[in-house]
Amino acid sequence: MSEIRHEILHLSNVSRHFSGLQALRDVTISVNKGEVLGLIGPNGAGKTTLVNTICGVTPASSGVVTFDGKDITRVKTYQAARLGLSRTFQIVQPFAEFTALDNVAAAALFSQPGESLRSAREEARAHLAFVGLDAQASQSAATLTLAMRKRLELAKALAMKPKLLFLDEVNAGLNSAEVERATKLIHQLAAGGITIVMIEHLMKVVLNVCTRIAVLHNGQLIADGQPRDVIKNPAVVDAYLGQQYAQRNAARG
Amino acid sequence: MLAVQVLINALVLGCLYACIAIGFSLVWGVLNVINLIHGSFIVLGAYLAWGAYQWLGISPWYALVIAAPLFFAFGYLLQRLLLNRVISAPVLVTLTLTFGLDLILNNAMIYYFKADYRKLTLSPPTGSISLFDVVVPVDRLIATASALALTGLLYLLLRRSKVGRAIVAVRLDRDAAVLMGVDVKSIYAIAFGLGAALAGCAGVLMALIFPISPLTSSAYLGKAFVVCVLGGLGSVSGALAGGLLLALVEGIGSTLIGPAHATTLSFVLLIIFLVVRPQGLLGRKGFE
Amino acid sequence: MTRVNLALLILIACVASLPLFGGAYALRVGTIACMYAIFALSWNIVGGFAGYPSFATAAFFGFGAYATAILLNKGVPLSVAVIGSLVMCFLLAAALGTVLLRLRGHYFAIASLSLVEVFRELVNNATDLTGGGMGLNIPLASGSGILADATFFFYAMWGLMLITAVVVMIVSASKLGFGLNCIRQNETASNMVGLNSTLYKSAAFGLSACFVGAAGGIYAAWVHYIDPSDVFDILYSVKPIVMALMGGLGSPLGVFCGAFVYLGLEEVVWRNYIQIHSGVLGVLIIMLLLFLPHGLISLRSGMFRRKAKHV
Repeated sequence: MSEIRHEILHLSNVSRHFSGLQALRDVTISVNKGEVLGLIGPNGAGKTTLVNTICGVTPASSGVVTFDGKDITRVKTYQAARLGLSRTFQIVQPFAEFTALDNVAAAALFSQPGESLRSAREEARAHLAFVGLDAQASQSAATLTLAMRKRLELAKALAMKPKLLFLDEVNAGLNSAEVERATKLIHQLAAGGITIVMIEHLMKVVLNVCTRIAVLHNGQLIADGQPRDVIKNPAVVDAYLGQQYAQRNAARG
Repeated sequence: MLAVQVLINALVLGCLYACIAIGFSLVWGVLNVINLIHGSFIVLGAYLAWGAYQWLGISPWYALVIAAPLFFAFGYLLQRLLLNRVISAPVLVTLTLTFGLDLILNNAMIYYFKADYRKLTLSPPTGSISLFDVVVPVDRLIATASALALTGLLYLLLRRSKVGRAIVAVRLDRDAAVLMGVDVKSIYAIAFGLGAALAGCAGVLMALIFPISPLTSSAYLGKAFVVCVLGGLGSVSGALAGGLLLALVEGIGSTLIGPAHATTLSFVLLIIFLVVRPQGLLGRKGFE
Repeated sequence: MTRVNLALLILIACVASLPLFGGAYALRVGTIACMYAIFALSWNIVGGFAGYPSFATAAFFGFGAYATAILLNKGVPLSVAVIGSLVMCFLLAAALGTVLLRLRGHYFAIASLSLVEVFRELVNNATDLTGGGMGLNIPLASGSGILADATFFFYAMWGLMLITAVVVMIVSASKLGFGLNCIRQNETASNMVGLNSTLYKSAAFGLSACFVGAAGGIYAAWVHYIDPSDVFDILYSVKPIVMALMGGLGSPLGVFCGAFVYLGLEEVVWRNYIQIHSGVLGVLIIMLLLFLPHGLISLRSGMFRRKAKHV
C-alpha cells in the first residue's frame, strides 16, 4: 500500500441471523476515510441488513464493528447517530406531519449536543438549500413528491454532520433527470470529505461515483476492490451483473 | 396427592380458560381489535343458559345450540354496522369504542338482571367423581369436555372450511388475502360473529360452574387477555397453551402463596410475557 | 406565549372564581372538574404528545391516594405527603416506563391496563399497610366547617391543575415536547437522528403519572376514606382518554375543555339517569368516536392558525 489510509469503519467477521435465516455471513470489510464505497448485490443479499447492523438497528449475532477507533458492535441506534453515523432509508422515513424544515431541524437538534430548536432550524435552512428544497421548507413532508422526500432524507442525514453516510438506494423510484441531480449532490458531498457507503442498483451511478465496490451475495462478501476489476469478476457477473452486462462492458473495453 | 390434584385442577381449568379466550383471541388476531365486550358476552351467555333452565327447563346443552347462532348474529351485526367504521382507526379508538359498547351492555345487564349473583344448579345435581385419587366435580368435567369440543370444532372450521381458511388467510396477511379475492369486510364480520358465538357458548358452560353476575365480566375479560398474551393470538393451539399455562401458574401459586394472589400472579405473568415474549408461547411476532 | 396557551391560562383563572358563585355542591363539582382536567392534561403527555395510548392513569391515581393516605396517617403534613406522592409516582412511572414503553400499540395499552390490576391487588393484599379490602381512613386535615374544608380542597386541586397546565405548556414548547412529537410520528426515524427515545418516553410516562398521583393524594385527604376498588377503578383510566378524544388529542387547551365538558355531561346524566349512567357514558363514547373523531377543537379550527390536531 503506497498511500497512508485512514480507516474509519471496520467490520470483522460480522454475522447476523434471524431465527434460521443467515442474513450476513462472516463479513470482513474496511471503509477508508473519504471513500465512496458502492455496496452492490442481488436483492436479499443482505446489504440493508449490513447497514442496519452497523447503525445499531439490529445487533450483530457475532463479530466486531469498529468505527473511528471505537467498538460500536453493541451501541444503540441513537448512540450510533450521535457518534457520526448517518443514513437514509430505502423506504423514506420522514416525520410526516412536520414541515420539511422541522424534519431537518429534528435531525440537527438531537444528533448534536448543545443545540437549541432555534439554532437547529437555522441550520436546517442551509441543508435544505443544499439539496434544493428551500422552496418547500414550510410544506409538510407528507405533501412532498417521492423525489423531494428522498432529498429531504438526504438533508436530514447531512444535518447530523456525519462522519460516515450510508445511502440506501437513494435513486429507487426516480426518473433519469432526478437521478442525475441526486448523483451531482453525491459528488458534491464526496468532494466535501464525507465518507459514503452507497447501496445502489444503478451501475451507471455506481461506476460514476464510487471509488471502490464491494459485492454481497447471500450474506457473504464475494468481491471487494476497484470498480473496473470488480465488474469483470466472474463470480460477480454470475451472481448479479449478468452475462449481457459483462459482454457490453467488455465490448466497451 | 396434592401435586396431582393441582395438576388435574389445572388441566380442567386450563381448558375452560382456553374456551373463554378463544373467541377473544380470534377477534384480536384477525381484526386486530381488542374486544372489550367479550367478558360481557360471556356473562350474557351465562344468563341465557340460566334463564333457559330456570324458566323454560331447557338443559344447558341445548342452550349451547341456541346461544351459538344468536350470538353469532349479534356479533356479526355489531361488527358490520358499528365496528367496521373504525376498523382502520388507531388502537386507542377501537379500544375506547369497545369499552363504550361494554359499558352499555354491562349497564343493561345490571339494570335488567340486577347485580346479585345467581347460580345455575342442575337438578338432580351431578356430584363428583374420583380420578386418580383426585376429586373432580362432574359438572366441571363435562364443561371441560364441552369446552374442548368447542375449541375442536373451531379448529376444524378454520382448517377445513372455505370460510375458515379465508379467516386464517386474513389473519396471516391481510393484504395478500385481498389480492387473493377474499372479501375482507365480510370475513371481519364473520370472525367477530364467531368470536361472539364462542363467547356466548363459553358463558353457557361457565354458568354450570361459576356464579353469574354482570360484575364478573371484567374477570373473564382479564383471563382472556392473559391467555392470549401467554399463548399467542388467533390460534386454537395458542389459546389452549395459554389457558393451560395460566391455570398451572395460578394453581401452583395458590398452593404456595395463597389463593388471594392468583389474580395478581396472572397479571404479573402477563406483564412479564409482554416484555419478554409478546407473541406468546405459540404466536407469531408482529401483531400489535 | 402562544394564543392557545394564553386562552388556557385565562380559562383556568376563570375557574378559580368558582367559589364566589356556588355553594358546597358547586365546590364539589368544581374540585372533581379540576381533578379531571389534571387527568386529561397528564394523559395527553404520553397519549397525545408521544402517541402511546396509556390506560395506567388509575394505577397512579390509586398509588398516589394510598401513598398520601399512609403518610397522613403517620402524621406527615398534607403538603409534604402530596409532594411525596408526586415524586414517588414520577420515579415509579419513569422506571416502569423504561420497560413498558418498549411495547407498542395494543400491547402497551394492555400492559398499562394491567398495571391498574396489579397495583390494586398488591394494595388489597398488603393489609397491614393499607387496610386491604376494608379501606383506609384518613384523619381530617383542616377543621372549621364543611364549606371551608370544601373551599380549601377546591383550591388545592385548582392549584395542582394550574401547575400541571403550566408544566404541560413548558413541555410542549421544549425539546422534550418536540422529541415526543417526533416519537409519535416516527419512532424509528427519531432514533436514527439521535433521539434517545427510551429516555424521552420514560420522562413522558413519569410526567403523566406524577400529577395524577398528587391529585390522588389530595383526593384521599378530601374524601377521608379510600379503598382499593374505589381508587383503582379502570374508569379513572378511561375517562381521561374520552376527555382527550372529546377535546382534541394533543392539544392542552382541547383536553382541558374536554375535561370540563365531560364533567358537565357526567353530572347531568348522574343526576337524571343514575341507574343507566354508565350506559349513557357508553353511548356518548360511541357517538364521539363515530362523529367527532378529532374532538371539539376541530370545530374551532378557524380560531387558531396552526393545524388543529397538535397545538
